[in-house]
Amino acid sequence: MIYFDQVTKRYGNTSALEGVTLSIAPKEFVSIVGHSGAGKTTLLKLLLAEESPSEGSVFFESIDVNDLPSSALHHYRRKIGTVFQDFRLIPNKTAYENIAFAMEAAGRNDDEIRSDVPYILDLVNLGDKAHNFPDQLSGGEKQRVAIGRAIINQPDVIVADEPTGNLDPINTFEIVEILKKINELGTTILITTHNKGVVDAVGKRVITMDRGKIVRDDPTGKYVL
Amino acid sequence: MGMWWMTVKRVAGAGWKNFTRGGAVSVATVLIMTVTLSIIGSLIFLSALLNFTLGVIRDKVDVAVYFVTTASESEIFALRDKLTALPQVESISYTSREEAYDNFRTRHANDQLTLQALDELGVNPLDASLEVKAKDPSEYESIVSFLDATPALSADGTRIVDRVNYQQNKDAIDRLSLAIRATKDIGLIVVLLFAMASILIAFATIRLAIFTAKDEIVVMQLVGASKAYVRGPFVVAGIITGILAALFVLLILYPASWYTSVRTASWLGGFSPFAYYRDHFAFIFCTLVGSGIVLGGMASLLAIRRYLKA
Repeated sequence: MIYFDQVTKRYGNTSALEGVTLSIAPKEFVSIVGHSGAGKTTLLKLLLAEESPSEGSVFFESIDVNDLPSSALHHYRRKIGTVFQDFRLIPNKTAYENIAFAMEAAGRNDDEIRSDVPYILDLVNLGDKAHNFPDQLSGGEKQRVAIGRAIINQPDVIVADEPTGNLDPINTFEIVEILKKINELGTTILITTHNKGVVDAVGKRVITMDRGKIVRDDPTGKYVL
Repeated sequence: MGMWWMTVKRVAGAGWKNFTRGGAVSVATVLIMTVTLSIIGSLIFLSALLNFTLGVIRDKVDVAVYFVTTASESEIFALRDKLTALPQVESISYTSREEAYDNFRTRHANDQLTLQALDELGVNPLDASLEVKAKDPSEYESIVSFLDATPALSADGTRIVDRVNYQQNKDAIDRLSLAIRATKDIGLIVVLLFAMASILIAFATIRLAIFTAKDEIVVMQLVGASKAYVRGPFVVAGIITGILAALFVLLILYPASWYTSVRTASWLGGFSPFAYYRDHFAFIFCTLVGSGIVLGGMASLLAIRRYLKA
């Protein structure tokens, strides 16, 4: 489903990724671990076509992501739900509107939005916070809104960059449980994390990166750094 | 059509929400835009005052055609009709010999010596005349050329035109024509400079407002919004800003033009800003609201381009 073929990414003279080859099958839950600067976030940015590789190719369902014209990128991105460490909610939209925005952007009609958004808000336990703005929500609640926004269009993959990085242990546990549930329903999940507890709780494939290279690919969920 | 209409509604709604929820940023942008449009509004009045003043000066200039004392009124009127038919002539007024005589006496009522000399003559020595006003001061020369080329003759074949005071007035007329042209050109440059400066200020303010939303713009794109869908609400908010600012300026101009009219009635030479505001409201409204829409929309469109990555 996702294939990185000998991907190198350089920023000036510094290599963020060095000849990375990686394959992810549908419905997998993959955790990417590594120190800061190991290249985890760069990997996700390449998949989201926020950046393009200096060498090599990134494939998503046999499409070479770099060959996509600028006008087709938004269609491509609708296949991928994104969750960030800093939540990145739109500050002047309520929880409901933040989730609805992803549906509006995908051209879904008002009836679909009215039926799906409350369902998703309930799924992430935020039914009573629908009309709260991001600054009226706790960190855990913001991340749940972000997850709601990521899954609302039923994407093939969810990409989460340090989704628990700003959360306390209780909220971290909740977020991991939600992501596991989404994965069980058939969505491929790709997360980056520093948190050993998250990797252990997931118990699935772990890719360890160091200085832009994959140094370990463990199918059994071991966190070794 | 359904999809298109749904998108338009959503973009307009999102733009309105962006604006109303923008708080201090929206207020600041409207205020700056109000200042910008006030300058444009003032320039409308300045330009009207300039045109009015130039018109008043232009009205004071004419060319007088004096006739020999033997010229009959019918011969003079025949020439007047020919002149009236010229496209460059705006108006012609006739002063008979008797009127000229009366005017002379009135003008010199306090000058007994001159009046005594006139009385001693025993006859009216003054000529009848036609005062010709051209549509533009630069056209007097062609009117005089016409008079030279087609000499008006009396029944016995003598010229009825005694003299034309154009040569005496020529220098003054030329200087005035030059001054009018220069004033118009300088006025246009000043208007353009002020307009450019105020437009740049408005652009910078809207750019700043959009800068505060740059992270939001990236997120919108990452959740799959097309560039047009991201751009739309910001442009709508910019247009709302422009319209609101224009309405504020129209509101401010009402008492401001009234107050200026009252205060400057004696030295604006009859120009009333309030009367101009009232009589040209539709023009001022369209200019200000149009400028607000174009400024707000264009500034947002240009500012957001910077933050819309592929």
